[in-house]
Parts: sequence; structure tokens; C-alpha cells
Amino acid sequence: MGFKNAPMSTVKPVENKESLFSAEVRAEIDKAIAQYPEEWKQSAAMPALTIVQDDNCGYLTEELMDKVAAYLDMPPIAVYEVATFYSMYELKPVGKHKVCVCTNVSCMINGSDRIVDHMENKLGIKLGETTEDGKYTLKEVECLGACGGAPMFQIGNKYYENLTPELVDSILDGLE
Amino acid sequence: MANEVCLRTLGLDRPWDIDQYRSIGGYEMLKKIFSEGITPEQIIEEVKTSSLRGRGGAGFPTGLKWSFISRNAPGQKFVVCNSDEGEPGTFKDRDILRYNPHQLVEGMIIAGFAIGATRGYNYIRGEFIEPAQRFQDAIDQAREAGFLGENIFGSGFDFDLNVHLGGGAYVCGEETALLESIEGKKGQPRYKPPFPAHFGLYGCPTIINNTESLASIPMIMEKGGQWFKDLGVENSGGTKLFSISGNINNPGVFEISMGTPFFELLEMAGGMKDGRPIKAVIPGGSSSPVIPGEQMMDLTMDYDSIQGAGSMLGSGAVIVMDDTNCMVKVLERMSYFYYEESCGQCTPCREGTGWLYRVVSRIENGQGRPEDLALLDDVTEKIAGRTICALGDAAAMPVQGMLKHFRDEFEYHIEHKRCKVGS
Repeated sequence: MGFKNAPMSTVKPVENKESLFSAEVRAEIDKAIAQYPEEWKQSAAMPALTIVQDDNCGYLTEELMDKVAAYLDMPPIAVYEVATFYSMYELKPVGKHKVCVCTNVSCMINGSDRIVDHMENKLGIKLGETTEDGKYTLKEVECLGACGGAPMFQIGNKYYENLTPELVDSILDGLE
Repeated sequence: MANEVCLRTLGLDRPWDIDQYRSIGGYEMLKKIFSEGITPEQIIEEVKTSSLRGRGGAGFPTGLKWSFISRNAPGQKFVVCNSDEGEPGTFKDRDILRYNPHQLVEGMIIAGFAIGATRGYNYIRGEFIEPAQRFQDAIDQAREAGFLGENIFGSGFDFDLNVHLGGGAYVCGEETALLESIEGKKGQPRYKPPFPAHFGLYGCPTIINNTESLASIPMIMEKGGQWFKDLGVENSGGTKLFSISGNINNPGVFEISMGTPFFELLEMAGGMKDGRPIKAVIPGGSSSPVIPGEQMMDLTMDYDSIQGAGSMLGSGAVIVMDDTNCMVKVLERMSYFYYEESCGQCTPCREGTGWLYRVVSRIENGQGRPEDLALLDDVTEKIAGRTICALGDAAAMPVQGMLKHFRDEFEYHIEHKRCKVGS
């Protein structure tokens, strides 16, 4: 019995790929593409979506997903599948600072409920919402692999651990 | 014995730096393999002797896994490292990436040489941006120093390594979902067989090992498989990284010998917070069935001991809970996790995890019905063993464990519509 494994490719590759993204974004995506076998440009779908999302204030639009598809010679549906499957891609606008707070078991038994309540009261929004000024989004996430520092959250690249309401205040107030 | 293998760099002030890693003999083993003509077969034998078992959770013998690859078959082969650390309670691979990335790089190169692969990928969970950067820096330094690239030390062996970042999907820790993810797709597990050793990344022969497994390889080669095996106990060789968290004073990652008594690990972790009694322990990540605290105090941290108590050593993620915790609430949170993370491919898991969560949730919220416990038993039986990957089992097992050991709390919730803890 034979098994097949081939990338999904478009029938008609788009020309003028230069027009899809800025030179910087293209350079970053090209760097990602170079990490994979030549015929598997599709492997760069995840990094490309991340690059494009970061370049667009932290969220993706259908138009951007279509452009990623065009750039990687993929059918748009294949890119939508990826973007909707993984929780780190945002399909709606998010605040300037996305606060990803873990509420899984280790964090929960170390008081993540209290941290969530505190942030909801402080910012006047619920989990999953964005403040009116577009500055903060609160997002509930699953275990981020830092249970030794529970309760914790992530903002941008950074993990903040052993949170207390006071520490949360100083972190959030310190963001520009 | 503590911190002898994967965390042996912890005493250095910049353990992620190549010069510091080399100051304790790092990359010497790799050079020795080439200078002394150690063969791939000898490497695989040594790993088999070490009795190293997969540290990601499944515990499959690493040397055996490697021997499934036909080294001399034509075509590309791949070494893939699974750093998609997502099992709730587990945070050990993050420390390897942060504090000993070079040993992982060296382990991956040796693995590549052993199976005849010239390319490797490390799949690191997307949220680990800073640890992934540490690993990327280590790759760059290793390439600069000639440990990666073409014709490494004139051996004729080429090997190069890249990082692939995940996107926030627990299921991608399952090895074939991880491969799908590297291929730029949804991370949905594949049917097996064929196993990755025959049909892996891009359809090529592939080995996938956990971060801790691969990072153990250089020390196994340097000091010998027997040395590693003797660090542990029968059937559980070596040391293991335990991530211990919960209601304890000093949570963290501890690398200790397999077979160390649990109470010693608990002592290292500072003991119970506020001196409260230990109620329950999840011994191997949230998928492993809970063990009552009292029983846990008599167990040792190795595969057989934990399995004998009806649970699993899994990834070595120990969550310790004191008597203030309601087991219904804990299970509600765990069940939500599996419901959220089911990839949706298999009906028993996609639908069953939702059933488990909704039923546990209504019990927790005072809406439980007398027949609910039988319903939970039934649903878990209909999920376990009926799905493509182990996520279904992982969702069912914690429910079964909780109902086995703490059934009275669930019954109390249903009958009194409130929590037994604190009442």
C-alpha cells in the first residue's frame, strides 16, 4: 500500500508577488520559506501568518490570509484552515497589549481566578474582550508551560509569573 | 543524584552560551564520534543499553525507536524534536531550552548521525518565544563553530537544524499532528501505521523524540548507557526532570534519579504550603489519573511504581493539591481543557469531551443529576481507545481517576448542590 503526501498547491500561481507585502515582510517570509524543502513552501504558512499578523497590529483579515495563500502558492482554504485551527492567530482586532492569562489547574489552584477578577475589574472588560481605547485585550489561554510560576500570564514575548493583584497593577500600568 | 544529565549546566552563569557549554565538555562527544569512528550502530546500541524511555509521556524506548529507521535506505530522513510542551503541569522542556540548549543541539546532531538524517527540526510551542530564541541562538553559535552544516569536522556528515514554532494547539504534541503542523496544515493526527519511522515528515523516515530525551543523548554517549541506566531503577533508567507545581512552597523543575521517593521530591519542593495536608496528586500531567495524597506518599517516582497505583508517570508533571481543593472544580477545569483542545477529527473525542465538560460543569454548579456519574462512566468508556490519537484517552483518564478516588465528593455535590470542601 502506498501513502502519498504532497503540498496543496494552486492551479495558477500568482505573479507580481512583490505587490502582496512590503519588502520587510517579504524578506521575513522568504527567510521562513528557506528553512523547508523547496517543494514544501506550504510549511512556511504558520510562520508567514505570524509575521503578517504581527505586522497588522496583532490580527489577521481574510484579505491578508488570501495574500499569504497567494504568496505561498496555496489555495486560500488551506491557509484559512491553519489560521482558524491554531489559537495564537487572531481573526478579530485585538488590543495593543494582548494579556494571555492561564487558568489551567496549576494556575487555578494558585489563585488565577483572583487575578482574572482583578484584571476584569481594573480594565472594565471580561475575558475575550478589548478595552474601548484599544489598549488591552484579555484572553483566557490553556497551560503555557510555566506552572512553577503560577499564576501567570503572557504579554507579547514575555511571561510574567507569580502574579499578585499588586504585581498585575504595576505590570499593566507600566505598559505604554 | 540531582542535575546530572539535562540540567547539569545550571551552575554556570550563562549556561546557554557555547563557550560555557564547551567548558564542561560540551560537543566533545560529537567530535569523539567522528574522530574515533564510532558507528551509528554503536550509538543506537548505547542508547538501548541506557534504557532511556521517551520523556514526553508515552515512555517508548528511545533506542528501539531509532532502530526502526533503515539508515541506509535512499532519500531524506529527518530528526524532529518535540518541544511542544503543553501537557498541563509540565514545564521542564522550557528549562532545557533556556538553560541547556546546546546539549539539545548536540543530541539532535548525534541522533541525525545515528539514523542517517541530514536535517532536523525542533518544534517549539509558539508561546515559548524567548526559549525558542535561546535555542535559535544556540543553533547559530553551533553553526558558526562548525558543529552544524556541511561535512562536520571533515566527517563527510552534513546536518542542519531549524526551529518551527507552533501556534497554540495542545494536540500538536502528538507526534503525527506535529508533523502535519510542520507541513503547514491543521495539526490533526494521522492514522498509524504507517509510523513516522517509515512515513514521517514530508513522507520521509523520521524520528520524533521529546526535548528531554534528545538532550540526554550526549551524556549517555559520554558516560555510557550503563552509567545512565544505573542512575535510575529497574525498568526506569536514568534521571528524569520532574515539574512540580500546585500548593507547595518551592515549585520548580528538579532533575532526580528515577525511583526517588515522592516524599523526597515533595521535600525538595519545599513541602506543602502553610503546612496543609496533602489531598491529591496528579503524578504525570493532567492526563494521568489522580492519586490520593496519602497513597502518593508511599510511591516512588518511576514508571512501574506510578503505574502500579493506577496512573502514569507521563511527562513527569506533578501537580500537588491540598485539602482546600474541590476535586469537582479541578476536574471541571481539566475537562474544559480537553474539550477546548480536541482537534475535532474523531467523533468520540470531539463530542465526548464536550459531554464530559458539560456534565462535570453542571455537577460543579449545583445542577448535577443522580444519574450523572453513571453517565460520566459511560462517556469515558465510549471515548477511550476509540480515537486516532491518545487525546481521547487523555480526556477520559482524569475523569475515571477522579470518580474512582473521590466519588463521594461528586455525590455530595449532586445531593447537596454545594461543595463538600469547607462545608
